[in-house]
Amino acid sequence: MDYKALGLVAGIEIHQQLDTHEKLFCHCPTMLREIAEHDGEFSRYLRATVSEMGEIDRAAKEEMKSNRMFRYYSYDTTCLVENDEEPPAPVNDEALSVCLTIGKMFGMTPVPQVHTMRKLVIDGSNTSGFQRTALVAFNGALPNGGLIETICLEEEAAQRVKDEVFSLDRLGIPLIEITTSPCMHTPEEVRNTAEHIGMVLRSTGKVKRGLGTIRQDVNISIAAGARVEIKGVQDLDLIAEVVRREVQRQQSLLAIRDELVMRGAVVDAVAGVEVTALFKETTSAVLKKAKKIHAVVLKGFAGLVGREIQPERRLGSEMSDYAKKCGVGGIFHTDELPAYGVTAEEVAHLRSYMHATEPDCVILVAGASEKQATCAIGQVLTRAKLALSDKPVPEETRKMLESGSTAYMRPLPGAARMYPETDVLPVLIDEARWEAVAIPELITAKADRFVAAYGIERNYALQLAASDKLPLFEQAVAEGIKPKLAVFTILSTATELRRDGVDIAKIPDQAYLATWHAVDSGKAAREAIPEIFRSIAEGSTFAEALGKLAPAVSREELEKIVKTIIAGRADFVQQKGMAALGPLMGVVMAEVRGSVDGKVVSELLKKEIAAATSPKTP
Amino acid sequence: MSKNGVFITERDGMAVVKLDSGYNIGIPPGSCTLVERPAPQPSRQIDVVQNKNLPDLAIVSTGGTIASRIDYRTGSVTSQFNASDILTAIPELAEIANYRTIPLATILSENMTPAIWQELARAVYDEIKNGAQGIIVTHGTDTMAYSAAAISFMVDTPVPIVFVGSQRSADRPSSDNAMNAVCAAAAATSELGEVAVVMHATTNDDTCAIHRGTRVRKMHTSRRDAFRSLGLAPIGAVEYPSRKVTLVPDAVRRGTRTLALHDALDPHCALIQFYPGMSPELLKAYEGYHGLVIAGTGLGHTSTTLIPPLKRLVDNGTLVVMTSQCMNGRVCDRVYDTGRDLLNAGVIEGGDMLPEAALVKLMWVLGNEMDRTKAAALMQDDLKGECTRRSAHGL
Repeated sequence: MDYKALGLVAGIEIHQQLDTHEKLFCHCPTMLREIAEHDGEFSRYLRATVSEMGEIDRAAKEEMKSNRMFRYYSYDTTCLVENDEEPPAPVNDEALSVCLTIGKMFGMTPVPQVHTMRKLVIDGSNTSGFQRTALVAFNGALPNGGLIETICLEEEAAQRVKDEVFSLDRLGIPLIEITTSPCMHTPEEVRNTAEHIGMVLRSTGKVKRGLGTIRQDVNISIAAGARVEIKGVQDLDLIAEVVRREVQRQQSLLAIRDELVMRGAVVDAVAGVEVTALFKETTSAVLKKAKKIHAVVLKGFAGLVGREIQPERRLGSEMSDYAKKCGVGGIFHTDELPAYGVTAEEVAHLRSYMHATEPDCVILVAGASEKQATCAIGQVLTRAKLALSDKPVPEETRKMLESGSTAYMRPLPGAARMYPETDVLPVLIDEARWEAVAIPELITAKADRFVAAYGIERNYALQLAASDKLPLFEQAVAEGIKPKLAVFTILSTATELRRDGVDIAKIPDQAYLATWHAVDSGKAAREAIPEIFRSIAEGSTFAEALGKLAPAVSREELEKIVKTIIAGRADFVQQKGMAALGPLMGVVMAEVRGSVDGKVVSELLKKEIAAATSPKTP
Repeated sequence: MSKNGVFITERDGMAVVKLDSGYNIGIPPGSCTLVERPAPQPSRQIDVVQNKNLPDLAIVSTGGTIASRIDYRTGSVTSQFNASDILTAIPELAEIANYRTIPLATILSENMTPAIWQELARAVYDEIKNGAQGIIVTHGTDTMAYSAAAISFMVDTPVPIVFVGSQRSADRPSSDNAMNAVCAAAAATSELGEVAVVMHATTNDDTCAIHRGTRVRKMHTSRRDAFRSLGLAPIGAVEYPSRKVTLVPDAVRRGTRTLALHDALDPHCALIQFYPGMSPELLKAYEGYHGLVIAGTGLGHTSTTLIPPLKRLVDNGTLVVMTSQCMNGRVCDRVYDTGRDLLNAGVIEGGDMLPEAALVKLMWVLGNEMDRTKAAALMQDDLKGECTRRSAHGL
């Protein structure tokens, strides 16, 4: 697909959790917990408040369509600040410093005085009903010539456990938000930019690692479409796919609009009609449960509501997302019926009751109340009108679904959602502070250095440079350990052990160093490293682990062992010659239980095999 | 680099500018250039139609805000206080009553004075006389308990007088203001017939407690459920969102008392907390005071060194009342020598009165009773539920 011709424009917002000791506005640890560990619960309602400019944010208004009660889980690692029961502490200075470092790495200009704002978010994910955020720096440069517009320091939201239940462990972890300009024009460029920014962030050594600690929001539009913000892309490898699918969605919506116009479709209904009685005998579980079923006719929409606009998504899915804001579970439309327990007879009955002709599509909503059903039909009509309008791609915030398709979340928020956080004092960033910010070496630069200095493969070097064991590696090299031994242990041995179920987190850096020194001085063989680590992970000290290895074998003893093994397999050795080396290595190493360096064994074996197979002189 | 934004204010030598993104930043004022100065626009005013068939409630505002915000377009803090403002902010209120609003003061509650308590008592009295079936007083939480006690003594009321406020500011979506206000309105239209504080009962948005005005205390700096009844269970509860009101049998019922105003107060009274090593010299500052409440230790003690200057105060006409900084339990100065010496010096035991309620009561008693002996007796009588005869267990 020619994305440039389509006028694809994309920008990204990267949200990365910072690895600080305390949260952004309280002194709790930045530690995630198991849900089962929660030791308190409470429940709250949230309501939209007007901004300082006197308006209610449109995104907040949308969330207010249903008055939901939220439930929160608290832990012994959370406090009254997360509970919204205590004013915030001053901005965490450690987190601010990380932001300034990152700002300087991108060549940005710091804000002279940082003001914390409240960004209205009333979906329950923040107990306060807002997310605290502060603009820290602007105008950074990207390698593709694009711009980093801003860096903001924000608090992380609470994690949704299920429906309206949230867990407070994550709330308040510092988050850096990096916003690029709309400077990308292909799906791959978006992916590469996200990767580059991620690398710069990790170069600070002050960001959290692992799934969920970094999230990308992508802003996408095509020339005839509209700006859409897709939230929560966690997997870097999905970014390009998300962009491709959004382009597909926008193109499909444009095509549907053109066809609707050609057909002379209209949305002239102003409200739904109650059809509860038509489904008195229905076998559809959803309709049976409903207190009020309303229907509305979309003239000329038949076939288009059910048309796929991106994988697993139809125009009907978009209408359904809108309706869900009223608290209903979704909608039914005649493009997909009969199905879901609704019979052909019921559909025919409904169509005739609604005076729907063949080109029309009938939408059904099942509500728990009159109010809910009315609200949901209103939302369906709103979305249908948009589909038919000059701007068939509505500007909206969407969330990513597992596969890379997206669902509607809420309208794009405006500036009206920002209110000053009156409980947090502004922080001055004076010249002295900015001057004192040190720029860490980039992971890529570091990797290049390792390749040059130690002859490590670039792939390994990159992994090492990004590894949290990097300081250990540097210390080891400083202590005279062979770099390749250290790298191999850190990246390969430890990883294999972890995959094997060994808890390698229990092995302290000191044990790594002691092990390498033992290998270096011949007290242990390289091959014994996994065994040493295993026993340390199971609770032994390094000395105990070393002691558990077979006692050191002397040269004479080793020669004896090798000779005995060869003698015992004389036929095999004669038959295979030097090819017997591999299998015999295993036998000898098992016998000495890793207490001898494999290289020594191998040399000795070669010598003895050669001796055993050389023609005997009389 | 240049950026456009709206200049908001200058504070601490920095210009606060709102960027198009909604973010505020602080920059040196010298780096700003005026582009245009928009004309101030009037605040939007929406008129809400009230249901005249519902009970009439009067909302008296002292500065505790039910609805407030900064309006940067008009450049001022708008006093969001007419009924329309409140009903726009909290639409559920319109289902409960028909409101009229009396803006009495706009002060932080730490700046409250006995003189304003008196104005408040008169305003409340007038509203009841004019037919209000209940009163809501919006009040900052810091000194709400003092004001509630003051109105308890000054106004004999046949209808509920409900104090309400919010612990988390009204400009946040999670504010307790709306639920507290709704529950206050429900309590103000209920069968209650006394002065009460209605605030969150727990950290959950599910119940408000109805506290007796003379037995309530703010017991936490910031939590929603900071207000607690001491020495007495709350006299009722309001469920949210159902607004169901339940009252305990002891709660005074609507219509029990006849409306009367006794708004005299003697403000020459003080409350001091005793602490180990407190200098007797400090008591000199209270010479000439008409009344002094001491929050003593334990059963109601001060150090022995304070007894002679206390005796001097009593001899010179100061009514000295002993309460306990324990907050829970009853004063008894007959157990230890120090207590007996205090009694001999003329100090009056304040029973299980809260120190703050005792101070307000002392002002009221001295304002209304000239005879010192009768005043001392009144201090030990239960006038508005401030003293209990029996110390209940399990609290």
